[in-house]
Amino acid sequence: MQPTRERPELLEIRGLTKGFPGVLALDHVDFTLHAGEIHGLLGENGAGKSTLIKVLTGVFRRDAGTVRLDGQEITARDPADALSLGIGTVYQEVNLLPNLSVAENLFIGRQPHRFGLVRTGEMRRRAAELLSGYGLAIDVANPLGSFSVAVQQIIAIARAVDLSAKVLILDEPTASLDAQEVESLFEILKGLKARGIGIVFVTHFLDQVYAVCDRITVLRNGRLVGSKPIAELPRIELVSMMLGRELADEALHRNQRPAVTGEPLVAFKNYGRRRLIEPFDLAVRPGEVVGLAGLLGSGRTETAKLIFGVERADSGQAFVDGKPVRIATPRDAARLRFGFTPEDRKTEGIVAELSIRENIVLALQAQRGWLHQIPRGKQEEIANRFIKLLDIRTPDAEKPIGLLSGGNQQKALLARWLATEPRFLILDEPTRGIDVGAHAEIIRLIERLCEDGLALLVISSELEEIASYSDRVVVLRDRRHVRELSGAEVSADTIMTTIASH
Amino acid sequence: MSSVIQASAPRTLPKGLPQVAALLIVFLVNWLVFRDFFALRLQDGRLFGSLIDVLNRGAPVAILALGMTLVIATRGIDLSVGAVMAIAGATAAALTAEGYPLPVALAAAAGVGLACGLWNGILVAVLEIQPFVATLILMVAGRGFAQLITEGQIITFVSDGFAAIGSGSFLMLPMAVMIALVMLLITHLVVRYTALGLFIEAIGANVRSSAYAGVGTKAVTIAVYMWCSLCAAIAGLIVTADIRGADANNAGLWLELDAILAVVVGGTSLFGGRFSLVLAVIGALIIQAMNTGILLSGYPPEYNLIVKAIVVLAVLLAQSPVLTAVRAVLRRKA
Amino acid sequence: MIRRHLPVLITLAVFIVGYLICLAQFPSFASTRVIGNLLTDNAFLGIVAVGMTFVILSGGIDLSVGSVIAFTGVFLAVAIERYGINPYLAFVLVLGIGALFGAGMGLLIHAFQIPAFIVTLAGMFLARGLCFVLTTDSIPINAPAYGQITEIAFVMPGGGRLTFIAIVMLVTFAAGIVLAHFTRFGANVYALGGNRTSAELMGVPVGRTTIGIYMLSSLLAALAGIVFSFYTSAGYSLAATGVELDTIAAVVIGGTLLTGGYGTIIGTLVGVLIQGLIQTYITFEGTLSSWWTKIAIGALLFAFIVLQRGLSAASLRSR
Repeated sequence: MQPTRERPELLEIRGLTKGFPGVLALDHVDFTLHAGEIHGLLGENGAGKSTLIKVLTGVFRRDAGTVRLDGQEITARDPADALSLGIGTVYQEVNLLPNLSVAENLFIGRQPHRFGLVRTGEMRRRAAELLSGYGLAIDVANPLGSFSVAVQQIIAIARAVDLSAKVLILDEPTASLDAQEVESLFEILKGLKARGIGIVFVTHFLDQVYAVCDRITVLRNGRLVGSKPIAELPRIELVSMMLGRELADEALHRNQRPAVTGEPLVAFKNYGRRRLIEPFDLAVRPGEVVGLAGLLGSGRTETAKLIFGVERADSGQAFVDGKPVRIATPRDAARLRFGFTPEDRKTEGIVAELSIRENIVLALQAQRGWLHQIPRGKQEEIANRFIKLLDIRTPDAEKPIGLLSGGNQQKALLARWLATEPRFLILDEPTRGIDVGAHAEIIRLIERLCEDGLALLVISSELEEIASYSDRVVVLRDRRHVRELSGAEVSADTIMTTIASH
Repeated sequence: MSSVIQASAPRTLPKGLPQVAALLIVFLVNWLVFRDFFALRLQDGRLFGSLIDVLNRGAPVAILALGMTLVIATRGIDLSVGAVMAIAGATAAALTAEGYPLPVALAAAAGVGLACGLWNGILVAVLEIQPFVATLILMVAGRGFAQLITEGQIITFVSDGFAAIGSGSFLMLPMAVMIALVMLLITHLVVRYTALGLFIEAIGANVRSSAYAGVGTKAVTIAVYMWCSLCAAIAGLIVTADIRGADANNAGLWLELDAILAVVVGGTSLFGGRFSLVLAVIGALIIQAMNTGILLSGYPPEYNLIVKAIVVLAVLLAQSPVLTAVRAVLRRKA
Repeated sequence: MIRRHLPVLITLAVFIVGYLICLAQFPSFASTRVIGNLLTDNAFLGIVAVGMTFVILSGGIDLSVGSVIAFTGVFLAVAIERYGINPYLAFVLVLGIGALFGAGMGLLIHAFQIPAFIVTLAGMFLARGLCFVLTTDSIPINAPAYGQITEIAFVMPGGGRLTFIAIVMLVTFAAGIVLAHFTRFGANVYALGGNRTSAELMGVPVGRTTIGIYMLSSLLAALAGIVFSFYTSAGYSLAATGVELDTIAAVVIGGTLLTGGYGTIIGTLVGVLIQGLIQTYITFEGTLSSWWTKIAIGALLFAFIVLQRGLSAASLRSR
């Protein structure tokens, strides 16, 4: 491998800043891409990767900073404009048209034509020729949707490159591919690299990063953590850059509690679903916090959704109080007095248009059934009690919840479940995207709930945090529960090394 | 009614003011072209006058609008209400003509209505077919079923009891108006004094979050379509009783569109969420008052189609930028 | 490959089976007379269904077509009979009005992001209302040109007449097929129906295409109105009520997905013919009543919608 600094700088980003109300998504980020380089862009959810890509491709306007492509300062108006400037993007969810033929997808808007009529034969010939350069011999007359995601992705890459891309951004392209498909994708990337195209590769699979990247840039909480050639970056250091902890640090002071004993409240045996999460065993006792740790896409959220009945298990058995139960819908789970605050608050948690009061009583009301309306006065009492208890900052309970800040929305969602007096709570990234003050409050709240005898399953990318309150931590990798840490093993160090090992 | 009037976001105007103002303006214009518009007289224990006429003729659409409001609040649409009106009217008329007692005929019509709603609800909630597409099926086939029942004839019947539903009176008001009021009251009680209203608004605003909170989204959706079809069946009974006959071809023809229009004029968003029953009824009255106004001013009644078109466009254009702005505010703050 | 063409193959199979049943019961179905009548009687429906196919392929809907047909008839009757305007000039005028009308609806749909069905609903009211403004009477059209045009026909072997209006329909279908499958506009229509956001990202001119689609639909509705006026030799405000539903049903039975993106123009032709076949059968049968047409069409509609729902669910699962 030749040293990257000898190659020309293709894309130069300096001091890129982008804020949204209440959160600085990108804070003076620098990023340099050389021609003929595969550059891994890594970071957890909320690190700023997607904001960076969206600013680059003109989906968002930047607040400050410069973007230079081949030395020219550029500002893309929209993705189509970015593409014409030479920046092409391929997403995990292929943004092409599944109902059109492969050839049409490649040539829409620039179909060869004569007398106003598209020369279909010519278009197909050219499409086949283009794809053969990628080792793809398929019938280009077939609709795109009839091919696997892997093939669709190659087609999307071929399209972007053919439309004069100098920079190719791949946003988690491998998330739904199998090993062999990943391998052939990498061959293609290496070919493009040899042609001098600069590739930004966003992924959360460390093995793939080491298999194909020349250089790695890590973002965390909207800031640049560092950028290093792959050869100078051992795996454990990469993980610590992503998760935000220096290995030299002393182990965090844990609330050393005696190990929780007794019968588990909930238990799952060989519980799993094909293509979602490998079968796992898991048990949580009353008064116990079990943490789920792992990188993005490792199966954390999938585990939570399976347990709460959002997805249906196709193997194994669930038990509550030692008795087998069936959890096919969230409603079933709620009846068993489970609660779940999802990671994606906006689309799966809050009902933005409705008031804080209505959002708080929603789960309790759903459990009581439609006939037994909670009287208005009682609703207000519940809402105000939790607003006070959790310190939800709002002038009153009748404000639409969509107008609150992220931290206050999260507290309201917690209140929604606490109002149902749950026995088992699943919290998916409860502290994601909320300010420092609210962050600490939510952690205190988790500890308090645990003391009250609730069983808790908490997902978090913040290793310090998860190590501080968890009695046990399950580490996930590649959609598998790989190891369960307990007692003295529960430390950010051990979690990190377990995640990084392979 | 406090729960109906509450505003979903801080606004300068109280909710419902535009609708009430529009109704009053239409009344005023009607009064300008016809000075006796507000005149009422009492005859045989029943009030008569143009204003009563507006209420009486507006009643079927107002009843349809009640059910349609709930359906639209769940982010759905029901195109089949006109066809359901025809089926229910035909059922009741056919049974009455065969000599069945009135309660049997009415119960059968209501039952047929509920069955239609169940069908629509299952297609939408269980088979997850788009509401617009799902209810189109019954819209097309429904009139065929109605004609099957009437065997292609206009079934006339002699039953003073049945006819009274359309032309009778109660407490000085036409029976149709009383039925509409009772339906408004029942619907209001059912949605605001049970948790259904909350569930409906939650489903319309964010079906996924609602399901995650444990709301039985499928059951609520089916119930809403059933209620909508029940409302349609009742409206169908009124129309049938009014002409003392079931006309499978024309009963309720295009009334689904009037009902949707009434709901939209009443400020319930086609994108689901917050709804107002009272304002939908006012919307229905605005439409009917315009119809009556056109009649009173001597234009052919068909002109009201143009007026309706203009109203649809005006409401859409007025609401569209406002809605977008409100949504933008929500998104920015979120 | 098979799955891709499954809906249209099923449509074709339904038609063939239906035709064979008719033939078994009434051997005269083999005569070119019956076939000629089938084409002539459904000519206006076929023409308007071509436009509706484009609209539905793009993921939209057009409820105004029935009213536009009626308006066209009334406009022609008033222009020709009351004002003595040359029929051919009147045709050009009414086609122009139709195109403008559709372009206006397309503009509203695109610019304000209002659901198509509510905009075209307003269009439906407006066009029907304009009929009544022109006249509420049924006005016969006696212009000599009408007589001449309706006389034009190819006599097929066996005595069936392939009338001028049937030829207009077949030509419209041919043009529709070329437009849908061999032009950039056609590809853009499919792209819009596949995924509007992706299409926009890929550089498809969404606004221009949307306006073009509704313009085409209203233009063809006006053409259907002209054909309908040949057929009835009159203009009447209440004509063609419910035609929008028949048209939508024909398109869906023809294998086009109501949610857009998938379908063919040729399928729509078969869909129209299936509807015509049902009607002809019921006429031949004599004892069956006309309402069975609606029930049969509703049942077919249901079957096709559920079939498509199943197919799209299956293709999602297979990924």
